[in-house]
Amino acid sequence: MSLAKRIIPCLDVDNGRVVKGVKFVEIRDAGDPVEVARRYNQEGADELTFLDITASSDNRETMVHVVEDVAAEVFIPLTVGGGIRELADIRRMLNAGADKVSINTAAVFNPEFVAQAADKFGSQCIVVAVDAKRVSAAEEPGRWEIFTHGGRKPTGIDVIEWVRKMDAYGAGEILLTSMDRDGTKIGFDNELTREVSDAVRVPVIASGGVGNLQHLVDGVLQGKADAVLAASIFHFAQYSIGEAKAFMQSHGIEVRDD
Amino acid sequence: MQTIAVIDYGMGNLRSVVNALRVVSTKTDEVVLTSDPAQVLNADRVVFPGQGAAGDCMRAIDQYGLREAILSSARQQPFLGICMGMQVLIESSEENQGTDCLGVFAGQVRYFGDGHEDRSGVKLKVPHMGWNRVQQTQTHPLWHSIDDGSRFYFVHSYYLDAEDETLVAGVTDYGFGFTSAIAKDNVFALQCHPEKSADAGLQLLRNFVNWDGRA
Repeated sequence: MSLAKRIIPCLDVDNGRVVKGVKFVEIRDAGDPVEVARRYNQEGADELTFLDITASSDNRETMVHVVEDVAAEVFIPLTVGGGIRELADIRRMLNAGADKVSINTAAVFNPEFVAQAADKFGSQCIVVAVDAKRVSAAEEPGRWEIFTHGGRKPTGIDVIEWVRKMDAYGAGEILLTSMDRDGTKIGFDNELTREVSDAVRVPVIASGGVGNLQHLVDGVLQGKADAVLAASIFHFAQYSIGEAKAFMQSHGIEVRDD
Repeated sequence: MQTIAVIDYGMGNLRSVVNALRVVSTKTDEVVLTSDPAQVLNADRVVFPGQGAAGDCMRAIDQYGLREAILSSARQQPFLGICMGMQVLIESSEENQGTDCLGVFAGQVRYFGDGHEDRSGVKLKVPHMGWNRVQQTQTHPLWHSIDDGSRFYFVHSYYLDAEDETLVAGVTDYGFGFTSAIAKDNVFALQCHPEKSADAGLQLLRNFVNWDGRA
């Protein structure tokens, strides 16, 4: 094995500004996506994910400029999620310099959209974001459902069936978030991650719940994740990407350290 | 002062390729994104990128009338194939129930396959996506100042199986070793994305913009 497991910092962007606190002492403006992206790139991030949380669709164009500015300087893969609903949204982001887009709600409401997007732009740039919530009782075997609206609305769709379908429809990658763990800092839902990773052919990015570096290790070793995504542990400079990689490497995980 | 043509045939996002070439070239160099065969032929060097499926790529090349320009420039100018731009330089690909390609290199493009595994039987994901090592199997000006075994960013489900092993310039392991770089005279082609491979990738592009086209 020589393919490295990836570490992906995720940045929330609202109206063109990075929000939810990024604390690097050396950078002047922690809200500037380009400065933050540059910094993560220097630290050795393997990819960057930008989540556009802009509420108003009037300001969507701002995200296009963010992507343009970052892509002009930072030469690692960039994924953009949030508000991707039509083929035109994808085209706009790819033309701006994004390498992948992540599709979430639009896939749930219209699975064919994923097939159309993969057919039009290639599976390599289509990430399907899956928000999963455990619906089984504690003593039962794990069962998870797709939820929308930030984990508030159940859809009745079984996660394992859904990811198999998305794989078949041409998703190039699955970004899997445990809504039970998101924001808790108690670690990924590794049982969920493993079930999903075993169910699909494509790579799986684990997300939701990272509070320390051991959680990243567990996501890979127990959850069989191909990549791990985290936000707050990196934003608040609790750990650097370099520290995360060194820790993972010390647990026998192959990372890009050069 | 030189012109670097990036061939645009509607297959994928080429902005990053152009951005990266601008970063590594000098201020007087001109990086042009072009679909015009004449502009390709007249450029000082040519970059041939590509994403998507082999069948679509070959159709697009012919729709844009670029086949002859690509083949001629692959005989003349310093020429860099990237990702699908590498794969379609081969004779044929298994993709899309078999696709005839450009035939600059002898060999086949093959699918990693469902049920792809490493040597100990552990499932390997397809596409092969992420940072993997490229072992340099020959010295080449494009490897200048790049450590042997450096990691580059890959994303692909098909790989190149070159017939002439003496042309293989780089090998990457994913279940087995596959050709991740190939070189012949003025042509260098690689499976990974140098424009997305941070410092190692930028160094390779820098080497390309300074290359005289001789191995």
